[in-house]
Amino acid sequence: MSTTGTHPAQPSRLAHAAKDALAAGLIGLAIFTPLVGLQTVQEPSGLVLNTRFGTVLALAAVAAAMRFVFALLMSGEKGTRLADRIGASVRGAMPSGAGGRIGSYLGYALLGFALFLPFIVSALFTSSERYLIDIAILVVTYVMLGWGLNIVVGLAGLLDLGYVAFYAVGAYSYALLSTNFDLGFWICLPLAGILAAFWGVILGFPVLRLRGDYLAIVTLAFGEIIRVVLLNWKDFTGGPDGINRIPRPTFFGIDFTRGEGGFADFFGLDYASIHRIIFLYYVILALALLTNFVTMRLRRLPIGRAWEALREDEIACRSLGINTTNTKLTAFSIGAMFGGFAGAFFATRQGFISPESFTFIESAIILAIVVLGGLGSQIGVVLAATVMIGGFEVFRQAEEYRMLIFGLLMVVIMVWRPRGLVSTRHPSVFLKERKAVSADLVAQGEGH
Amino acid sequence: MRWQDDPVLRIEHLTMRFGGLTAIDDLSFAAGRGDITALIGPNGAGKTTVFNCITGFYKPTEGRILLHTGAPDVLQETESLTRTGRRWLKQERGALYLLERMPENEVCAVAHVARTFQNIRLFGGMTVLENLMVAQHNALMRASLMTVGGLLGLPGFRRSEKASIDKAKHWLERINLIDRADDPAGDLPYGAQRRLEIARAMCTDPVLLCLDEPAAGLNPRESAELNQLLRDIRDEHKTSVLLIEHDMSVVMQISDHVVVLDYGRKISDGTPEEVKNDPKVIAAYLGVDDEEVDQVEGEVGR
Repeated sequence: MSTTGTHPAQPSRLAHAAKDALAAGLIGLAIFTPLVGLQTVQEPSGLVLNTRFGTVLALAAVAAAMRFVFALLMSGEKGTRLADRIGASVRGAMPSGAGGRIGSYLGYALLGFALFLPFIVSALFTSSERYLIDIAILVVTYVMLGWGLNIVVGLAGLLDLGYVAFYAVGAYSYALLSTNFDLGFWICLPLAGILAAFWGVILGFPVLRLRGDYLAIVTLAFGEIIRVVLLNWKDFTGGPDGINRIPRPTFFGIDFTRGEGGFADFFGLDYASIHRIIFLYYVILALALLTNFVTMRLRRLPIGRAWEALREDEIACRSLGINTTNTKLTAFSIGAMFGGFAGAFFATRQGFISPESFTFIESAIILAIVVLGGLGSQIGVVLAATVMIGGFEVFRQAEEYRMLIFGLLMVVIMVWRPRGLVSTRHPSVFLKERKAVSADLVAQGEGH
Repeated sequence: MRWQDDPVLRIEHLTMRFGGLTAIDDLSFAAGRGDITALIGPNGAGKTTVFNCITGFYKPTEGRILLHTGAPDVLQETESLTRTGRRWLKQERGALYLLERMPENEVCAVAHVARTFQNIRLFGGMTVLENLMVAQHNALMRASLMTVGGLLGLPGFRRSEKASIDKAKHWLERINLIDRADDPAGDLPYGAQRRLEIARAMCTDPVLLCLDEPAAGLNPRESAELNQLLRDIRDEHKTSVLLIEHDMSVVMQISDHVVVLDYGRKISDGTPEEVKNDPKVIAAYLGVDDEEVDQVEGEVGR
């Protein structure tokens, strides 16, 4: 690209843009010919191949024209400045330190909303009550998973692509313990957490010395190993058939059943199946808030500070006498424990689990929530989970365009705020005032 | 000489090979208790490798690195400790640590040897105060009963956390960064980052502080402040200092003892005055053989 000045550069810019447009048009032709140009139609005589080359040409021309305009606008110094200005104006729309006081007010507002959500929903949307609370349960489950993974990825800076494995361990722990030994949900919940934490340590050991891509690959493989074992160990896990008739949670021993001794009967209410849904909502909300509370608390303790220091500089950590092995293992195991809690909840809510629910895409969604929300930010995870999981449901009417809208939304968020929705870091301790640390200074840890 | 009579650190026959390259070749020297010992030498002489061996980042190929605290008679146990295969010996009258057997975090946590790095390694996204709190990790971890007590908010933990903040404040006042305590460390100017790294190392309560080129990139005023800081560390905190330095004004003004390396071997060892006049040292720095020193000096007009 010529940078010798605006006027002499004019023809070369035009030529450049034209070349760009031609290339875009050719690529468009190559892509659209098989995708749009050829169409199979079912006719009485069998499958018939239709050709639609006119449409292909039109689409390629549109692509070339748009590319031409784009290249003209964005080339040269003026274009760069334009791009900067667009970026700056978009960024300016949201205060750069969106954390801080606004963040904490937002947090309390969201908490209040979450606490009264079932009542708000039953008062306003009686017809779709069950559907909306179900979505809320799903969103809060992902918030909890995001918070759990945030300990590993956001605080300790260890990229974990196999987080769903701990979700699976938690779910199968509860399912197997409750169906084989008749243990209740509230006894199984801590057991599921402990078992998941144990598997977190097992994953932690082999990856202690790994960094970057290698760490990502091993954690990814770990997630898949767990899933494949669940799929093939038929005697123990039921294999692809999964486990069904998992007991529903009880209200501290009171079942949500119709008639004598049920929840409605005990409290003198009319029986309604929504009671159990609302109860499930409060269970997952309580679990999620516990995760948040513990994480916030840990951040202010030496172990939490060591996690963040590990993300910033592992060698400096060791030179200060910090045992990085233990620090990493605690991050893995505590993160895994919360994944296990969420898994046990998932099992009791669904009543049926199979390895299908614990595929890599789940890990990817949870990681996307953490990254989109801003590594290490608790409120960011809530926003991202609402956007990702809730938004996915909102666009249900858009049918096949749903994935497209969803993908576009993610691209836009990442362009708009490359370090996530809430990217500032809040110090764990301060002398005079708590100043937010800009994301540019915060390291992203290994594997980013 | 204190480094002969009462050494805090004794390096004996240290050899470090990387494949075919011998970075350190049969090096022996001692650092006196309460001394500032400077390790100097031309580029590539193996100074940083010695540091990495002392602080546990490298496992030496051969040799013994002995750290000694307390009464001198504990030193008699050196040979028996070496034969046992244990890493340290702690008695009431004193303690011995075989640093070559310890991983880097133990060197700091158990033997209390702290270090800084040639390319500053601060936790840039954490505040200045947080950097100093991370340095007190092990003490705070014990006080929080391995996190459990801290999670429950026991008063014992809160007390020791307050003590840690007070200690951090003391150091921030000492290095003139108290006003920037709540700013991210990555935002500080270069000279302040150097000072902060030293303060962070001091927050681990070291017996021996190892500084890798602390004056690199400092202006003359900052360099003079650093000299004062290091003298205070030696005199007030009773911490011995071992430093690598290229800035001869720092080396000659503050060190009590200078060791000169060249190609992984010790070529001179003594007081700054002795070393300055040692023809071998001059030859190494000028890059010529001993015999040619007079001639070359004549040429460069010394």
